[in-house]
Amino acid sequence: MLRFLLGRLAVLIPTFVGVSIIAFSFIRLLPGDPVALLSGERVMSPERHAEISAQLGFDRPIVVQYLDYLWGVVQGDFGTSIVTKRPVIDQFFELFPATVELSLCAIIFAVVLGIPAGMIAAIKRGSFADQAMMGTALVGFSMPIFWWGLLLIMLVSGMLGWTPVSGRISLMFYFPPVTGFMLIDSLLSGQAGAFKSAVSHLILPTIVLGTIPLAVIARQTRSAMLEVLSEDYVRTARAKGLSTFRVVGIHALRNAMIPVVTTVGLQVGVMLAGAILTETIFSWPGIGKWMVDSVSRRDYAVIQGGLLLIAAVIMLVNLAVDLLYGLINPRIRH
Amino acid sequence: MALLEIENLVVEFQTASGPFRAVNGVSMKVHEGEVLAIVGESGSGKSVSMLAAMGLLPWTANVTADKLTFNGRDLLSMPPAERRQIIGKDIAMIFQEPVASLNPCFTVGFQIEEVLRVHLGLDKAARRKRAIELFEAVGIPDPAERLGSYPHQMSGGQCQRVMIAIAIACNPKLLIADEPTTALDVTIQKQILDLLMKLQADHGMGLIMITHNMGVVAETADRVVVQYKGRKMEEADVLTLFENPKSNYTRALLAALPDNATGDRLPTISELFVDDQMEGAAR
Amino acid sequence: MSQAAATSAVSTDPSRRARLAEFWYYFSENRGAVIGLVFFIFLVLLAIFAPLIAPHDPTQQYRDAVLVPPFWQEGGRTDFLLGTDAVGRDMLSRLIFGTQFSLFVGVIVTTLSLVVGVIFGVIAGYFRGWVDTAIMRVMDIILAFPSLLLALVLVAILGPGLVNAMIAISLVYQPHFVRLARAAVMSEKTRDYVVAAKVAGAGNMRLMFKTILPNCMAPLIVQATLSFSSAILDAAALGFLGMGAQPPTPEWGTMLAEAREFIQSKWWVVTLPGVAILITVLAINLMGDGLRDALDPKLKRS
Repeated sequence: MLRFLLGRLAVLIPTFVGVSIIAFSFIRLLPGDPVALLSGERVMSPERHAEISAQLGFDRPIVVQYLDYLWGVVQGDFGTSIVTKRPVIDQFFELFPATVELSLCAIIFAVVLGIPAGMIAAIKRGSFADQAMMGTALVGFSMPIFWWGLLLIMLVSGMLGWTPVSGRISLMFYFPPVTGFMLIDSLLSGQAGAFKSAVSHLILPTIVLGTIPLAVIARQTRSAMLEVLSEDYVRTARAKGLSTFRVVGIHALRNAMIPVVTTVGLQVGVMLAGAILTETIFSWPGIGKWMVDSVSRRDYAVIQGGLLLIAAVIMLVNLAVDLLYGLINPRIRH
Repeated sequence: MALLEIENLVVEFQTASGPFRAVNGVSMKVHEGEVLAIVGESGSGKSVSMLAAMGLLPWTANVTADKLTFNGRDLLSMPPAERRQIIGKDIAMIFQEPVASLNPCFTVGFQIEEVLRVHLGLDKAARRKRAIELFEAVGIPDPAERLGSYPHQMSGGQCQRVMIAIAIACNPKLLIADEPTTALDVTIQKQILDLLMKLQADHGMGLIMITHNMGVVAETADRVVVQYKGRKMEEADVLTLFENPKSNYTRALLAALPDNATGDRLPTISELFVDDQMEGAAR
Repeated sequence: MSQAAATSAVSTDPSRRARLAEFWYYFSENRGAVIGLVFFIFLVLLAIFAPLIAPHDPTQQYRDAVLVPPFWQEGGRTDFLLGTDAVGRDMLSRLIFGTQFSLFVGVIVTTLSLVVGVIFGVIAGYFRGWVDTAIMRVMDIILAFPSLLLALVLVAILGPGLVNAMIAISLVYQPHFVRLARAAVMSEKTRDYVVAAKVAGAGNMRLMFKTILPNCMAPLIVQATLSFSSAILDAAALGFLGMGAQPPTPEWGTMLAEAREFIQSKWWVVTLPGVAILITVLAINLMGDGLRDALDPKLKRS
């Protein structure tokens, strides 16, 4: 187990270095003068240009620049936003909880609905329930999520008026953030109706972001279950005279969960990509929207720093998933 | 009254290319305390007949029979809940691939104690004690420690011993062994067979030994059923079968054994036996 | 359980035609897959004959017919069957011409990522050692970024536009093909027929691409259909974010970007392009599922 963990870490470090090189080169790959791009000042006198160049370290050999950059990153310096003039990392931590809250809700939504659906589809293979569920999953998987969001806003918020259109909480409420998670903070604030407002703002974005993971998890669970159900040890479990519930729910499920956990973990990465679209549609103040806005505002420092931070998050999540996989698969744990 | 009575068993599978009859009108009886060997080539339907009796076939299988009873009780019309009280308790089965037949995610201790809890209702301490006893009975060294092992940490022979322990946990009246030694090393094969015979004698169980190995038949069986492509070709007690086989197929089978070889070329079954029922048979 | 007894429908003739016939037999059993295929062919025809079928020019703005609803609603007109958009362009024509772009994106991205990915994957799986490690590390780096974000940033570097979007998306899909090809090659490499070919004197290139690769095609084909549909979705997403096809190009995602402000009022501007994307991707995914079931014998019914 320890060897497994160390092996994973050993791969992680060169990958992170590679990612940092990409982030570092990003600015230098853009068309135009990197100094102008980073400082945001387009027209500069030669002295000013030299001054900023020196400030940003552009006058030094590229390898030294990279090492300086890496050193800064390790210390937590991911650059300064051109637009807001604030450190990228501060902005990141301000906005990150919103994305995490949304992603967590979406993955819970996807797992709570997807795994049982996949199980039922596998057990009742070929039945109407199976075909209906897998058909629905296929549709969910084929939908452009930005359109799905617009559609839901149009129908549920617009025509039915059940949910709000954007934001995390009604503008009526204000309280200083404690955890950054609106659900928790609204409860802590003690203001009447705040929690309800937070929940109602979360519903549509959760459904939209969670639709694709839901479809993928349902399909994966079904195929994992089908494969497991045809294994010898399931036959043995039946030969022991165990109830169907025990055979499927304990013997089969435990084994089917192993590949499904990996899928769920991978979906987190997918969700961070999908969060870009969901957050844009619902004006959800998270890092996805932040990145999109930065691209259109040409805030290259944020793009560079944000890329690195988000990649770091994904790598950590993948590491956690690998660990979890190692824990639940007895062949690796022992 | 026989322990297990099968009359005219037919098992048909739905396949992508039409229905396939794996078992075509097989009949046999097993009595208490006797060892019956079912022998035949791959595809003869020997495993399928027994899986059908246990109710372990997939949903694509259609099982019909004139009679399929255990201890006088009809297995075909029995409701599943009732059948589950017999399977694993009074009739038990062990399979060909012992490591694959054990659940890789649970300890072997869990898998054997499960049977004790579900069928015998023993409490935790009693289960553990009985599990250790059973492991000792099947010859697993350090039984108490072994309870916490996972199947992938054990050898094929040990896993088969665990399977046998699980099978005899509730003192079954009938044990079905589906090619129990085929996947094991030759040296281990003898140990497992000896173990099975010992347990059979000690407990007075009926034992059905499914095999394609005539040597195993010779060493273990009281009576033998020979199957070919889903049909029963011959049934006799073991001595009569070897000395005076009545069916052409049995003769061909015995002649193809390397031990029986005379001359410089080993005959094949297809040379010696022509299936005159080919048309209406295994389709 | 042997099926050696005479079964006529499944031939054991290894020739190409017989294999194709067998494949078609399994594929056609899946109704969804056949529906998907039929619809896909319909789309291809629509794309090819778009100039002949579409009633109007997709970029033609009719100033007097702005935001006209579909013909069955009040205020609709039969010369604009599905209504018009914010600058008076005919929705139906734009949707029809949109098939050209979507299919084009699908074909280019899939071909590009398949070809490049397979080459790298085969090289990695065949040579192993440091080549393998280097290629896989690069793939890990690509996978460390969320796909859409990476594509977005790449387009930011290259400049917005459909072609750059396609290049960006192809890059993001590389790791999937590389991994698949590599895994397939690694498992085939030790097989006897490869060893036999090697002993007979086949060189590395020949071994890699003529001997091993044809036997690894099944999972690659399935992944290719998945990439086809994902490419359409991702290109539309980039178009929606303003980084893909630029207006007035009638690409479905770009059409949705322009439609955002009309959620509350003009439903057809928002709904129709999305429906077009949905049914196109759905058709391809149905085909992909059918392909996978037909190519992988283990998943067959019995």
